[in-house]
Amino acid sequence: MTMRYFLNLSYRYKIPLWGGILILMSTFAVSTWFMLNRYNQLEAQLAVESEKLGYSLKSNLFSALLRDDVWRAFEIITEASQRGSSDRVLVENIVVVDNAQQVVVATQPRETPMLSELDKLSPEFAEVEKRIRTMSGATSKTIYLPHSKHYYALVPITKDNTILGTLIIVHSKEVFRPLFAESAKEALTVGLLVLAVLLPFNWYWGRRMALPLVQLAERMEQLGKDWPDDLDPSLYIYRDEFGRLFDAYNQLLKDLRGKEALELHMVQSERLAALGQLAAGIAHEINNPLSGMLTAIDTLKFHDDLSPMTNKTITLIERGLMQIKDTVAALLVESKSKSRNLVAQDIDDVLTLISPMGAKKALHIGWHNSLDGETALPATFIRQIMINLLLNAIKAASQQGEVDCDVCISDGHLLISVINNGKMLTPEQISHLFEPFSSLSEGGHGLGLWVTYQIVTQLGGNISVKREHDEHMNFTVRIPLGVQS
Amino acid sequence: MRIPYVIGLILLCLSTYATSLYAAVQDEAVLRIGITTATARNHYALLEDWRSYLQEQLHQPVELVFRDSYKENIDLMEEQQLDFVWLSAPAYLANKQRMKLVATPMFHGRPYDRSYLIVSNIDSKTTSLLSLKDSIFAYVDTDSCTGYLHPRFALRHKHIDPDRYFKKSFFTHDHQKVVAAVAIGLADAGSLSGYAWETLSKDRPDITAQTRIVAKSGEFGFPPIVARSTLGHSAIVKLRKVLLAMSANSVGKQLLEQMSLDGFIKADPDIYQPIALMMKPQQ
Repeated sequence: MTMRYFLNLSYRYKIPLWGGILILMSTFAVSTWFMLNRYNQLEAQLAVESEKLGYSLKSNLFSALLRDDVWRAFEIITEASQRGSSDRVLVENIVVVDNAQQVVVATQPRETPMLSELDKLSPEFAEVEKRIRTMSGATSKTIYLPHSKHYYALVPITKDNTILGTLIIVHSKEVFRPLFAESAKEALTVGLLVLAVLLPFNWYWGRRMALPLVQLAERMEQLGKDWPDDLDPSLYIYRDEFGRLFDAYNQLLKDLRGKEALELHMVQSERLAALGQLAAGIAHEINNPLSGMLTAIDTLKFHDDLSPMTNKTITLIERGLMQIKDTVAALLVESKSKSRNLVAQDIDDVLTLISPMGAKKALHIGWHNSLDGETALPATFIRQIMINLLLNAIKAASQQGEVDCDVCISDGHLLISVINNGKMLTPEQISHLFEPFSSLSEGGHGLGLWVTYQIVTQLGGNISVKREHDEHMNFTVRIPLGVQS
Repeated sequence: MRIPYVIGLILLCLSTYATSLYAAVQDEAVLRIGITTATARNHYALLEDWRSYLQEQLHQPVELVFRDSYKENIDLMEEQQLDFVWLSAPAYLANKQRMKLVATPMFHGRPYDRSYLIVSNIDSKTTSLLSLKDSIFAYVDTDSCTGYLHPRFALRHKHIDPDRYFKKSFFTHDHQKVVAAVAIGLADAGSLSGYAWETLSKDRPDITAQTRIVAKSGEFGFPPIVARSTLGHSAIVKLRKVLLAMSANSVGKQLLEQMSLDGFIKADPDIYQPIALMMKPQQ
């Protein structure tokens, strides 16, 4: 259960955790190996030093024992125990036993009195006695008894194949232990240092490794619900599998967004086309009786015997019918009609027309007209498009704001872009912007953009609306150039 | 004819020269005094001062010769290599035909030493030599009166065989090392010169404090300084005079103090008689 919990953890924690565990384990293993090695080394060193000490004594001891010169033997081993004791090796006792395993002399005579039986001195010495009996020839031996506080180096006292006894050098482990502890401390310090370097590094590296993955996962999860943000490309700059995954994700996101935009656009175009057809159909249907009614009203007006009341009513009806005619005319955009070609002056005329309106709001109007000579597009409609867009822009711009208009020819198309600051349109609003009687319209009949859209569409162009940095609205019209008339 | 003459002349000259050279050597002869290392007790600096003192007083070069045993010194004396030897009373008694007594040091105002029987201070039971059966015993040297002869004589006096009485005995060849052997427990008991114990208790009271004196013997003549029998009377008298005058000389007195001695007196052979008795083989 706990294991499952760990396995379910985010990579953000899992990578540093596993890494940390691995580092801890390897540091521990290396340190332990180092300590064990040092321990064995110390033991081996002790054995060598101890046996060396034994060998240096045995010749002198041999002659002293041969002459039964106990005091001389005592002086030899006492001097040796002082010489042999160092920081590394503390000689606690040196015992000389004869072949009958009886103490001949010892540096600690109170513990190991002269002439005492070795096996009766202590259980440890009894064990040592057993080991001595298994020894043969001049080979020395160092023995480590379990649970003992001592090491015993056994060196036979020999000369020319004659064995007079055995030299037992007793070392204390008490001195050996702090030495081991010291090296253990050393190993621990090195281990901790290694950990102090590796663990933070591992933590940082693990997080770094996991972060792109985590972000990717979070975004992938979001994909079905809404549009996640692009992944910050600076998050992962390397060209390994992660980098490629990022690229693939970003590409996928881009494709999906493009697809959605395209779908949206198509739906919108279809709707507007259907609306156009509907509007045109209704307009035609209204136009026919309307023309009849207007003609009838016209004819009626020529009668002189009409009462003032009737005259007044006729005028009222005529005004109503004219308004219907205007509205229907506006709905029934007809761009096919003949018009002269567009020249640069037409564009500048538009500026002259809208300037008074701009001046009312103290707007700054930027004007860039790069048209030159005649352009094969109907001047009337282009002017209408520009006036519609600019009037909308002036209306939306804030007091003392700015409106920018740029007209140019690029790649066989006329490009008109109108930019204004001030009120921003929401994506929802943008999607219904070009419908007739738009609810957004304030004051007008809401047909301006509808008409503009109809004209642009009929001229084979398109119109796009973008929010720029949440500060500007950009309307761009793109119309292919026709054949110059 | 002429050549043998020349050779003879040369030989004559050479022999004359050699004779005069020999005489000069005789005049400037070095006085050689043998000392056993046991007596020296590592006080070589002190003995060097004593040697220069003697040299100054005698107006003659003095050389000290150190040997490990009395026997070696006696052998050297036989070979005329030594003029005087400072040796143990038993060694003197054993070889007294071959030497002449010169002077005896005085300890506590008397030319005597005693034998001390010591045990470890842990041992509170031992009251005499007779309670030390089957113990381990430290002797000084077979030539030592206080550190060998006396305890063995005491045992024999009680009809005990000293060779079987102890479980084990050994020699340290030095009086003060007997104290060390008993102090650290290598030996259960030991016998040594009282003079050596007292001087050690002055130098190293920490060591002597680890031992307890069980018994002090009666007086035995202090180890004497002897001359080889072939040495001229004047040389003996000359050295004796200087030794006897030491306590009256400020430098000499200082040296004596450092040696824990009071002075020297003309050696009296009678004071060594009790030792001679102890040396007699048992009937």
